[in-house]
Amino acid sequence: MAGSADLFAALIELADDQLILGHRLSEWSGRAPILEEDLALSNLALDLIGGSRNIYTYAGLVEGKGRDEDDLAYMRLEREYLNCLLVERGNDDFAQTMLRQLYFAALMQPYWQAALASNDETIRGIAGKAVKEMAYHVRHSAEWVIRLGDGTAQSAEKMQAAVVEMHPFTEELFTMSEAARACAKAGSLPDRESLRAEWSRTIASVFEQALLTVPEVRFPQSGGRQGRHGEEMGHILAELQYVQRTHPGLTW
Amino acid sequence: MVSLATNDRAALAWEVAASVPDPEVPCVTVADLGILRDVRFEGDVAVARVTPTYSGCPATLAIELAIETALLEAGFQARTERVFSPAWTTDWITEEGREKLRAYGIAPPVSGSNSIRALFGETVVACPKCGSDDTEKLSEFGSTACKAQYRCIACREPFDYFKCI
Repeated sequence: MAGSADLFAALIELADDQLILGHRLSEWSGRAPILEEDLALSNLALDLIGGSRNIYTYAGLVEGKGRDEDDLAYMRLEREYLNCLLVERGNDDFAQTMLRQLYFAALMQPYWQAALASNDETIRGIAGKAVKEMAYHVRHSAEWVIRLGDGTAQSAEKMQAAVVEMHPFTEELFTMSEAARACAKAGSLPDRESLRAEWSRTIASVFEQALLTVPEVRFPQSGGRQGRHGEEMGHILAELQYVQRTHPGLTW
Repeated sequence: MVSLATNDRAALAWEVAASVPDPEVPCVTVADLGILRDVRFEGDVAVARVTPTYSGCPATLAIELAIETALLEAGFQARTERVFSPAWTTDWITEEGREKLRAYGIAPPVSGSNSIRALFGETVVACPKCGSDDTEKLSEFGSTACKAQYRCIACREPFDYFKCI
């Protein structure tokens, strides 16, 4: 059995990924290129933020210090957030947004699938919901990556530029922190490294249809799992935490 | 509800909770959708167990409050409990629920949920208005987390499809 401190930290990595990516997607609400896509991105955001709530709640129980989902989502400092750098990257254009989603979901779909075999009942329950939602995220983002990659000269150029920009951030998806390693050993959470082959197959298959090439990454970017974030993270937290910091303890 | 036999009491509490309509799809009840798992008694308190459809379904809290209120109004002490495992699937929507959805203009989920691994699998969704299979998907995501948008090519009517998960 992994220590509760390990399980807490590993759960926070998962919840932070979902909260920050969900927040990023929610920034498209009211601004997407077409109405259907506005609804789609809001729905994807809802899946991720809803899932993060369940994980934060469980993390709070595991920690046993009385922190609830709101304390964990809103009242921590930047260095205490353990999300990977990929999810905090800016929306920029539609190509970058959809590619970021594909990179993330192509790992999390098999991740939650593997988590269905966890020896922790709460994690199995959270995984049961998430695995189905992630399948939709993969499908939706893959359709866009293919449509844009195999689209006009301009859309193809933007899509390939997004690949060059974002691919160096994918390596960190597979980073196993000490906490995550302890949980994998204890059988409560999956080993990310063991899912790399499946992720690579999904990306290769989509890229082939999208006429995109997987770039050679010389300098993979990481740091988020140790709490070292990029400049964008502070801007996200400023917006995310503003209300709770201004009116501490505020509830609906 | 003072002196009902234990079985009667449980059956009545189930009936009360089961009749609560879904706030976003009011043509069906929480029992039709299969999100009300059961109602058990812990001492004198009726405990209704509820499973959310999607992780981020914003209606979950409203549903729990509505069930608790219905039980309280029927004279029970009551609380709800959220259960995640096993995860809800559209397979739990009852036959009656499917018919109610169709009559309301929402195409019910097509098949078992075992197709989630098919990355680009297309399903044929029949129009709930005219019954034609000649329909097209407008968007994978619709007005609520659980629905997609379709259009019937035969009768030109746009409609919601209750997604299969």
